[in-house]
Amino acid sequence: MLAATSILKSPAFLALALGLAVAGCAKKDKLPDNSGQLGLNNTGGAAPGSQEEFTTTIGDRVFFETDSSVLTPTARQTLTGQAQWLLRYPNYPITIEGHADERGTREYNLALGARRAAATRDFLASQGVPRNRIRTISFGKERPIAVCNDISCWSQNRRARTALTAPQG
Amino acid sequence: MFSIFQKLFITLTIVFAFVTNANARIEFDITRGNVEPLPIAIMDFQGDKVAQDISNVIANNLRNSGLFKLTDKAAFIQKTLEVSGRPKFEDWRVLNVQALANGAVTTLGDGRLRVDYRLWDIFASEEVFGGQRLEIEAKFWRRAAHIISDKIYEGLTGEKGYFDTRIVFVDESGPKNKRVKRLAIMDQDGANVRTLTRGSDLVLTPRFSPTRQEITYMSFEGGQPRVYLLQIETGQREVVGNFPGMTFSPRFSPDGQKIVMSLQQDGNANIYSMDLRSRNTTRLTSGAAIDTAPSYAPDGSRLVFESDRGGRQQLYVMGANGGEPKRISFGNGRYSTPVWSPRGDLIAFTKQTGGQFLIGVMKPDGSGERILAEGFHNEGPTWAPNGRVLMFFRETPGAQGGPRLYSIDLTGRNERRVKTPSFASDPAWSPLLD
Repeated sequence: MLAATSILKSPAFLALALGLAVAGCAKKDKLPDNSGQLGLNNTGGAAPGSQEEFTTTIGDRVFFETDSSVLTPTARQTLTGQAQWLLRYPNYPITIEGHADERGTREYNLALGARRAAATRDFLASQGVPRNRIRTISFGKERPIAVCNDISCWSQNRRARTALTAPQG
Repeated sequence: MFSIFQKLFITLTIVFAFVTNANARIEFDITRGNVEPLPIAIMDFQGDKVAQDISNVIANNLRNSGLFKLTDKAAFIQKTLEVSGRPKFEDWRVLNVQALANGAVTTLGDGRLRVDYRLWDIFASEEVFGGQRLEIEAKFWRRAAHIISDKIYEGLTGEKGYFDTRIVFVDESGPKNKRVKRLAIMDQDGANVRTLTRGSDLVLTPRFSPTRQEITYMSFEGGQPRVYLLQIETGQREVVGNFPGMTFSPRFSPDGQKIVMSLQQDGNANIYSMDLRSRNTTRLTSGAAIDTAPSYAPDGSRLVFESDRGGRQQLYVMGANGGEPKRISFGNGRYSTPVWSPRGDLIAFTKQTGGQFLIGVMKPDGSGERILAEGFHNEGPTWAPNGRVLMFFRETPGAQGGPRLYSIDLTGRNERRVKTPSFASDPAWSPLLD
């Protein structure tokens, strides 16, 4: 199976992720590319240091402009938060998934997704997250989260997601 | 594990074959842009039901080529013709039939089929060819029909046919955000569909070997996206090379001995070739760009590929061993997925412009660009082995949308949907089978 699946070890997290995906489709203004602030005191009930806390309070994904792998100011803010959280909880191996929207050709989009994942990894590394903790993978245009035929959906699909694997040790 | 595989080996002997008249009088030039379909007739081959089935497949092939107009059987004046007999030419001239095929199917003692067939030039009152015979296992009767279709096509056009071929493609099922993709293979006319992978791993961009029953493709198996080689008959698979990153967009060299592909490292994709015997790899491009979708010229001397080194996707040609690439696409838009024609004269591509995805062709020097198919999303052309027909996929938008396969003549005429069981993408045409 795909690496992304093995990440989702616990049923609780699976349910959460599913809920987020559904919410993301229904209300596109509530995607978690928002915080940039650590908000560690406001975990929304998630256990400190849990994958759930990372996803809900930091935001696990950043978005890109069309055909671009340049990190936007919002993306940098989110990734700064991610880096601080990841440094506080150093036991999670990290996989960054790069994605592209459907308005490109298949081969190029695989490479574009890889570029986005690499840019995301490089930023986290610049913030002190050890590179050897971070794995990258590109899914090109193969795994959209929003499926409408609209710019609002395509923009949600141009993303890099920081996925945490089960903690080591 | 690949119980779905059946051995495809076909015993086929052409027992008796000669061309009685290599210079038939029918003048039919299909190289012109606007060809009026040639009126022809296919008489039902004599024999039991399979004879009728074979005749129908032949008629369907020739009709779908767009080059022939099949005269309605109900209008035939001469209703039967022994395979050893001569047509009543007058009866066919009245119908303005230019060429007539007839034949007979016999079941041999060992269960195989023997098919005898002939092709007639009606206005010259002589054979285009005669005395053709093939023998084939009964379960491969469709192949017999395709082989005969190719023979008729060649007899009338002077060019090799493309009917005895197969298509490998990606079968798509499930919702758009959770697509299940399987490699699948079918005859060129959509018959005999079989899946080659089980759908547990994402698979993309299958391509046929020009010389063996092999496919190269990309799979995300084990969460590691890499290029694989698959033996169609045995189901045996192997990873191609040992590269430190994602490998993708594979394609065989014309001699079948090399695979050329992209290797992703950080933000850059470069093109590598790997010799399948020595396992030696050669880096063909370098630099901070996305170089991908490589495709060899049919003589193996050059490669065309896409690169964003100039800012956005454009087509480049370079020597098969690397060297300085020369940009060939200069139109308004971005160009990608180039594929060199088996005839060498053209390169087909996807072009993005004005929010549309088009399929087009240009000469290898970049001149003579022609757009064949337009619309919201057309992508990924592949050539029939005679370089006269292209297949590609067309995606419809939205949550319920998805890709389907289409074929189109090189002239931009005769666009046809190719039927598949489900959504289908990434078609690749096989060479003519042996």
